[in-house]
Amino acid sequence: MAEAQNTPAGSTTAGSIAVAAESTVATRMSAPPSFDVADFPVPHGREEEWRFTPLERLRGLHDGTAVANGGGVKVAIEAPEGVTVETVGRDDSRLGKAGTPVDRVAAQAYSSFEQASVVTVAKEAVLTEPIRIAVHGEGGVAYGHQLIELGAFAEAVVVIDHTGDAVLAANVDYVLGDGAKLTVVSVQDWDDTAVHVGQHNALIGRDASFKSIVVTLGGDLVRLHPRVAYAATGGEAELFGLYFTDKGQHQEHRLLVDHNTPHCKSNAVYKGALQGDGAHAVWIGDVLIQAAAEGTDTYEMNRNLVLTDGARVDSVPNLEIETGEIVGAGHASATGRFDDEQLFYLQSRGIPAEEARRLVVRGFFAELVQQIGLPDLEARLIEKIETELKASV
Amino acid sequence: MATLEIRDLHVTVEADNATKEILKGVDLTVKQGETHAIMGPNGSGKSTLAYSLAGHPKYTVTGGTVTLDGEDVLEMSVDERARAGLFLAMQYPVEIPGVSVSNFLRTSATAIRGEAPKLRTWVKEVKETMAGLQMDPAFAERNVNEGFSGGEKKRHEILQLELLKPKIAVLDETDSGLDVDALKTVSEGVNRVRESGEVGTLLITHYTRILKYIKPDFVHVFANGRIAASGGAELADQLENEGYEAYTKGGPVSGGNSGGAAA
Ligand SMILES: Nc1ncnc2c1ncn2[C@@H]1O[C@H](COP(=O)(O)OP(=O)(O)OP(=O)(O)O)[C@@H](O)[C@H]1O
Ligand SMILES: [Mg+2]
Repeated sequence: MAEAQNTPAGSTTAGSIAVAAESTVATRMSAPPSFDVADFPVPHGREEEWRFTPLERLRGLHDGTAVANGGGVKVAIEAPEGVTVETVGRDDSRLGKAGTPVDRVAAQAYSSFEQASVVTVAKEAVLTEPIRIAVHGEGGVAYGHQLIELGAFAEAVVVIDHTGDAVLAANVDYVLGDGAKLTVVSVQDWDDTAVHVGQHNALIGRDASFKSIVVTLGGDLVRLHPRVAYAATGGEAELFGLYFTDKGQHQEHRLLVDHNTPHCKSNAVYKGALQGDGAHAVWIGDVLIQAAAEGTDTYEMNRNLVLTDGARVDSVPNLEIETGEIVGAGHASATGRFDDEQLFYLQSRGIPAEEARRLVVRGFFAELVQQIGLPDLEARLIEKIETELKASV
Repeated sequence: MATLEIRDLHVTVEADNATKEILKGVDLTVKQGETHAIMGPNGSGKSTLAYSLAGHPKYTVTGGTVTLDGEDVLEMSVDERARAGLFLAMQYPVEIPGVSVSNFLRTSATAIRGEAPKLRTWVKEVKETMAGLQMDPAFAERNVNEGFSGGEKKRHEILQLELLKPKIAVLDETDSGLDVDALKTVSEGVNRVRESGEVGTLLITHYTRILKYIKPDFVHVFANGRIAASGGAELADQLENEGYEAYTKGGPVSGGNSGGAAA
């Protein structure tokens, strides 16, 4: 099922489907999940979960030297009626239920934040306007935590918009009640100096649907862990992502879908375009189908489009199946490049060079941008991508 | 009437740190409404001629001129040449990830025509042209050339030819890799464009097979980077029977020895 096309030199597109009695995803990690940063050794860089990440660019988030200095980020939340927005302390019992930190930086965030934002959508409330959470970097170091909880049969769209400059480690929990529907768009539109690391945990209730669209455009280093688990049967998760990795940027997305419950679905589609020297995108897609998860239906795909020389992609889909009683399971990964021959072909049909590049990138991302469903945000992201395209070619 | 004039064209390519001259003085005039067949052995420089006309960056023109209606083609960028009315159906069309055929065709038609075609008539035009080439409408939603078979790629090239209606069309081995049925279908597409009388066609081929369906007005033998002989359709029959040997043996053929096979 894995395919690799025109893989540029220096890139890897690996894939595996393992049929195992026990998952190796957990045993590959250097420590079991924990809320306490002390349970994780300081990484040296050769660990499976850190081997693609330039630790020296984490600005101390991984070794305890990054100290929050109050000037990290400003969070502003705009919510329509029917939504409760609270700022709570560390001891709030609702926090940390959707998932446990799986690496040292996520645990550092959990051990270090002082206040958390809790956004609650009442049972059966169907919002017609999105909840907008603006996280603006003010240049300092910050640790954060957010919880977004939907009551049974509630429906909401949440946009988390990251801009400015910061060194930020923050986790987000999404808890979906039975039959709830949540769409989350997390935009990483950081300045090119920002560092952002975080774990997003979704816990999906019975027959609930979760759709996440992760859009990473900025930052010096962005490393996110979108993770999904199911609280009961019938849940559905769609994980979409797009990234535009520029010169010198490191953008890493590490997905995990834990099919721990029967009759749930998941579909992951991540696409990235890369351009410029030292652009590095990493995509890890771990999907576990546990022995109990009969009737699972899952598919995951990662595609990368390399626009110039000097960019590197590491794409590793990994599917582990512990039961054969499933509806479907598959994965695909492909890295293609946009090269001079392609440019020549388009130009030979009358299309000017700049438009040719735009055509290729726009077309490549179209299906994902459409998933957002918010015209103002879609337009902003397309414009941003086109500006970046012009900037460094 | 549109005229493409190629005069004493010399072209080199960089290969293995050495500069290699491939075209060694090509002279050819193609007028709107005419069909010229260029036939020659492998490696004689036919594709190099086609790419050089289209402006491929790998080929360096070291001498000679190319004009289209008196305008200097060699001064134009690749896309300018296309907008001026040159079209190249490629021997090996390129796959473009991320761009659907329908999006590509529309962007291209917009660039060539100078304005976006009206959506309703455009969709119909594309559908009908695809049907004429026996292309499944599903191709419109696939990425350009991605996963196309050899024959499907060639149909897609001719689809573009029909939609873009150039003044001068260079078809580089459009016949290779096609079975007889596909060859017929593709030739019909080329003939639809020719019937307008508004296109000059330069048909590059290795075999005479396609000339049964697309009748040339002139046949040129290409050998060692230049035109070694020119004649009418009967020259193709002669090549069919005797091969290219007479033109390739005995070192470089002297310029302008028209009818060299008899020598
Ligand atoms: N980009 C290139 N790099 C190096 N050598 C090239 C390049 N393009 C052409 N050549 C060389 O130039 C010569 C002519 O090649 P060309 O492709 O023009 O021949 P052709 O007549 O089209 O052959 P065929 O019938 O096989 O298509 C060959 O020796 C080829 O190896
Ligand atoms: Mg050739």
